[in-house]
Amino acid sequence: MSGINDDIKLIDENGIRIDGRKADEMRPLKIEAGVLKRADGSAYLEWGKNKVIAAVYGPRECHPRHMQDPAKAIVQCRYNMMSFSVSDRKRPGPDRRSIEISKIISEALEYVVFTENFPRTSIDVYIEVLQANAGTRVAGLTAASVALADAGIPMKDLVPAVAVGKADGHVVLDLNKEEDNFGSADLPMAMIPRTGEVLLMQMDGHLTMEEFDKGIEYAKKACQEIYEIQKDALRRRYADQGGSDETDDEFSSIDEEA
Amino acid sequence: MSGEVSRQGREIVMPGDLLEGDNKLRPGTGTYVSDDKIYAALLGVKTIRSNYVNIIPLGGRYIPTVGDSVIGKVEDIGPSNWLIDINAPHPAPLHVNEVPWRVEFGDTARYMNVGDVILAKILMVDETMRFQVTLKDQGLRKLQGGQIVEISHSKVPRVIGKSGSMIQIIKNYTNCRIFVGQNGRIWLDGDVDGIMRAIKAIQMIEEGAQSFGLTEKVREYLESTSPQTVPNSE
Repeated sequence: MSGINDDIKLIDENGIRIDGRKADEMRPLKIEAGVLKRADGSAYLEWGKNKVIAAVYGPRECHPRHMQDPAKAIVQCRYNMMSFSVSDRKRPGPDRRSIEISKIISEALEYVVFTENFPRTSIDVYIEVLQANAGTRVAGLTAASVALADAGIPMKDLVPAVAVGKADGHVVLDLNKEEDNFGSADLPMAMIPRTGEVLLMQMDGHLTMEEFDKGIEYAKKACQEIYEIQKDALRRRYADQGGSDETDDEFSSIDEEA
Repeated sequence: MSGEVSRQGREIVMPGDLLEGDNKLRPGTGTYVSDDKIYAALLGVKTIRSNYVNIIPLGGRYIPTVGDSVIGKVEDIGPSNWLIDINAPHPAPLHVNEVPWRVEFGDTARYMNVGDVILAKILMVDETMRFQVTLKDQGLRKLQGGQIVEISHSKVPRVIGKSGSMIQIIKNYTNCRIFVGQNGRIWLDGDVDGIMRAIKAIQMIEEGAQSFGLTEKVREYLESTSPQTVPNSE
């Protein structure tokens, strides 16, 4: 890889990246909520060439029993890449990387979910990466939070996530595969736009303080954008569900036989 | 932050949406308070009732509240109780003291067995989400025969309709006995044809839960399939 490193030019003299984006431009993001019938909540997401599906089950009885918490629900997440999601077939099953990602995503989600409402239960989140092109953990988290809201789980806010990084000496938003492989830093992060709380942040490579600050600024702006797309996905799913005039909110609790 | 406003002016909100910022209203169900402002915690419909903002959820699992009538399935038997699956995160015990029969210790299986279906009422819910159900109330009993269909519990009010209008139509046109549990289970009994038509009608309600004139649509469907119009039916 290092041999190609010098040959490939990630950003041209006009500041345009190899896929035609500007430094602070995101790949096109598309989210659809409620795509699976049997899951309590679900979301499908396409982010550039990334394709991710997320499903949420629960709150449901927590198994194994010893993991139950009598005071709150636990959020269990499984991030999984399909064997065909990358160009070299990925050996199926959890590996070091996907176990780590599962852990950080469940921790990010656990922070927003009102877990204390559902003692002794577990909320299970399954994230399947159908096609990967860098930034799947943030794509997975973005999809998972839409799926959680779709599942009717009470939570503080949706969680938009995005990666920033450094390629060819420039700070860039939302790295693609080439920038991720040949760039010099990768900084995925998740943030609640309203409060600015950071729920996930990891860094691979090196950034100076100035570059880091610039990256955070990019990410902040992008998170706001992603947040609106997430809400729009949910809104489209439930657009026609404003309730009809034929319903009584205070309906009789039991319907006796005629 | 503007939720989509539906025809009736009822607003759909999502987690994190600001509901009320100037202390005029008080936080109700499905909301949370942060920095003296009220935010939505759920995806649902915003409603304001006697100074409280509430969110009526549009989906999600059934969470019991005291007094709900539910249709449960016996899941397990203990010497002095039955475990009832009520479609909630945990099974609900039904103690022998809460049934209308006098049951000797260890004799529970003589009265109800695994797989039996009951119409029960939620007796108690505590903060650790332990529920109990009871059969000791008017109309509650073991259900014999019949069929069960499951719908999302959030659509139950639509199946019942305004003061029971919808369910009454289904009953009248299909000659079925129907019980609707708050947990989204519906029990029906009648002749095969009637059950099939009732199930179809319920599916129509579930799919088009929000459409206008749903009651009329369902009535039309039931009328068009009712046996009187079918020439060769007895």
